[in-house]
Amino acid sequence: MPSISKPTVIHPSLRRNELGLTVRDYEGSMSTLCAGCGHDSITAALVRAIWESALPPHMIAKVSGIGCSSKTPAYFVSGAHGFNAAHGRMPPIATGANAANRELTYIGISGDGDSLSIGLGHLCHAIRRNLKMVYVIENNGVYGLTKGQFSASADVGSKSKRKEPNRMAPIDPVALGLSLGATFIARSFSGDKEQLVPILKAAMTHRGFALVDVLSPCVTFNDHEGSTKSYMHVRNQARAATETDFIPEASEILATIGQNGAVNVTMHDGSMVSFKGVPPDYDPTDREKVFSFLQERQSKGEIVTGILYIDETVPDLHELSGTPNFALTKLPYEKLCPGAAALEELQEEYR
Amino acid sequence: MQEGQYLPQSIVDPDVTSPERKEIRINDFAFKLANVNGTGSASANGLLMQAIFRMGIPVSGKNLFPSNIQGLPTWYEIRVNKAGNTARALDYDLVVAMNGQTYERDVREVRAGGYLLYDSTWPLDPHLRREDIAILGVPLAAMCNENFREPRERVLMKNIAYAGALVAILHIDMDVVEELLDEKFAGKKALRESNRKALRLGLDYAKEYFAPLPFRLEKMDANRDKILIDGNTATALGCVYAGATVAAWYPITPSTSVMDAFKEFCDKYRQDPETGRNNCIILQAEDELAAIGMVIGASWNGARAFTSTSGPGISLMNELLGLAYYAEIPAVIMDIQRVGPSTGMPTRTQQGDLLECAYASHGDTKHILLFPANPAECFEFAVKSFDLAERFQTPVFMLSDLDIGMNDWVVPRLRWDDSYRPDRGRVVSAEELEQISQFLRYSNEDENHVAARTLPGVDSRAAYFTRGSGHTKTGAYTEIPEEYQEVVDRLARKHKAAAKFVPEPLIVKRPGAQIGVVTIGGCDLAVREALDGLARIGIEADFLRVRGFPFGESVEAFLRDHDVCFVVEQNRDAQLKVLLTNETGAVKEKLRSVLVYGGFPLSAKHVIEGIASQMGEWKNAVHQ
Repeated sequence: MPSISKPTVIHPSLRRNELGLTVRDYEGSMSTLCAGCGHDSITAALVRAIWESALPPHMIAKVSGIGCSSKTPAYFVSGAHGFNAAHGRMPPIATGANAANRELTYIGISGDGDSLSIGLGHLCHAIRRNLKMVYVIENNGVYGLTKGQFSASADVGSKSKRKEPNRMAPIDPVALGLSLGATFIARSFSGDKEQLVPILKAAMTHRGFALVDVLSPCVTFNDHEGSTKSYMHVRNQARAATETDFIPEASEILATIGQNGAVNVTMHDGSMVSFKGVPPDYDPTDREKVFSFLQERQSKGEIVTGILYIDETVPDLHELSGTPNFALTKLPYEKLCPGAAALEELQEEYR
Repeated sequence: MQEGQYLPQSIVDPDVTSPERKEIRINDFAFKLANVNGTGSASANGLLMQAIFRMGIPVSGKNLFPSNIQGLPTWYEIRVNKAGNTARALDYDLVVAMNGQTYERDVREVRAGGYLLYDSTWPLDPHLRREDIAILGVPLAAMCNENFREPRERVLMKNIAYAGALVAILHIDMDVVEELLDEKFAGKKALRESNRKALRLGLDYAKEYFAPLPFRLEKMDANRDKILIDGNTATALGCVYAGATVAAWYPITPSTSVMDAFKEFCDKYRQDPETGRNNCIILQAEDELAAIGMVIGASWNGARAFTSTSGPGISLMNELLGLAYYAEIPAVIMDIQRVGPSTGMPTRTQQGDLLECAYASHGDTKHILLFPANPAECFEFAVKSFDLAERFQTPVFMLSDLDIGMNDWVVPRLRWDDSYRPDRGRVVSAEELEQISQFLRYSNEDENHVAARTLPGVDSRAAYFTRGSGHTKTGAYTEIPEEYQEVVDRLARKHKAAAKFVPEPLIVKRPGAQIGVVTIGGCDLAVREALDGLARIGIEADFLRVRGFPFGESVEAFLRDHDVCFVVEQNRDAQLKVLLTNETGAVKEKLRSVLVYGGFPLSAKHVIEGIASQMGEWKNAVHQ
């Protein structure tokens, strides 16, 4: 991220998306995070992914909790409303917002402290509800704003800046999501924009809750030797289990499907995720296989990345609730109030 | 049935039951039914209450139930009073003792000269007998065992059988009871028949062995324009009429029936006739932290959203209530108060959440509160809550309680004005956004110190960043003292401005009043009844019931104009008095407390004794 604000002049050579907007139209205010913070790279990937997806800025709602990661919604799509809630409480805020207006694309940004400690219960229940949103965990294994305490995602043996090792088992959001029945699970690395952008684009088209765990090194408190969330460690250990292409709806790509033994998953809106580099026995729609694959790789110390699991058959919260296919906020009051005559009639039952 | 099996084991002094001995009291008495919970007594007791209501007589029913599913003592008190004084009575003319566990207490509670009806299938312990009451035995279990086969049915029908006995001795209109049973069991022929049979068993037995009691019922016409409804149902109905589309909650006694009723009304009124879709969404949250979060998220997006909860839920919601206050997001919270602190007594009533709600959350926070006194006001104030929440962009609490919420009350028919339109407050429309170059969230306050908001999904020019962290009047992050203070000072002014918008207090002045009595919520009926009682012993008092917070000028004036005000409320720490002292110009020394907080509804007797006992002390203090 820039340490000085950029001029607002838009260079005529900048590419424009289907809405005629340039990538600059999807940026936000200047980041106040530390120089080199992984979170800023994720913000950049989000800007790119949203721009490429050509979402109208005002149809996006950005939600977050509290922490370094939760500050970042201010740094992208300044034309979208943002809600920086309380620590761990983003999922309920997002649930209520989505309940009221299902027409917006909800992008939730959280961190490992926010999601895996104080807000763990809320995350679990947002997954259960299959709330339609992109839920990014900017995972650095550490509490940054309070200066370097371990979070619940810190690996056993990982050392703090003071060289103290963590001895408690980590909570792995990917394993958590799989066990709770999450319907879209991906993991990536903030330093791998090539992988992260298509993951985010696919997540935005998912029918329900899209959990994206992004390892995002903390340059200030968790980037030293001995940390398992450092740039060095993640670069060395991360293995792309799946390579994916995101193919937007209604393109003529159909002809290529099935090439090179690729596994294709059609998303709810008709777009497609095409898995190319998947291991021979890997099926991103088979939860049991995914689970055992991840267990096996993890035991070898590998950090598995890519879109790991997709299930487009599960209805989201609104489908489960039988609500209209438009925002509840669009219902005119006349449709909501039964009126005086109905009240008179009803009260015959209270005699 | 063998001849003579049901010989009455009653200990009846014929002199006591003889109608000639006493003056007959019509439509002015109270009786109490002592049961074991989980045995089906609630429906029999409700039937009695409803029958009396349909006879056109002012009546109240108070269900004093345990926090338990089956096996613990539960009581139901019915008071009839032709003058409309239907607050809880403490003197029982008749007790129906159906629970061996509580016989001793129940026998003791019959007033001298009153009656006890018990199940004489088993003999009554002789040491429980009292010389000053009449004891009526009805072999209820024996009769039901004889006439019903299934064990569960035998238990259930005992209740209907005692209801039958009461029909006889209290002169409850049998036609009305039959009509109620017909309605209740329409389409359930076998059940209807069992109920009819059980009712007859009790009725015939009582008719044969007992004379009608010297207090009894006669038809009146006081309920023509009234309904019988509990406060939680009325609250839910208010939410439907207000146009709420998002409801989020976590189950908690005694608020659960708000959401049960809301769901029922939504099934009835919110299913789109063309598409079959639900024009609302009800979210059962993982906890109350989430429930209020969902309400705030939905309100931020422009929906009318609410939650219903009780004290423990408010405790959990404190964190996000501060966020909604500071970030200025509407939220409606129905707090059905119960006895605290902690888990307290979940099925008992109290007014213990006043201070918690008034100042919920850390830092400087102040909220708008509404205090309904009965189900009719629950309906009215529920609608008002949404208007105020959106007008002032802030959380609004409606403080009901278990007594109002879960008991059936006789109230005037609810009215609705079809010309009502929701007050959505200051929301910048898409058209208005066209005209402005830049939107600044917390600037351009109106006369009530409210700044306009925008809704997501309308226009990118409307976008702003909602935050609970320090912000300037444009919504930008700040840690600069002046910028922070500018916003929170406006919030204080905004709260003050709401005083003119909350419901006015209810004031009743009496000629020659020496004192003022101030009360709140469900204390209303008991306090008003007490005013007459106090007048009879020479104490004339003016009456004020607060109905909203912040307090307005009329509350200030009332407190100013009386040398002493007794503040009657149902909590230990005089929370209303504290709030009045803190938030008005009232002189602390001029306020005295009458506090009843054991968990049962207030009675006029409490108020009369509470005030009379302090009058001497007060006069001495004044004359010193």
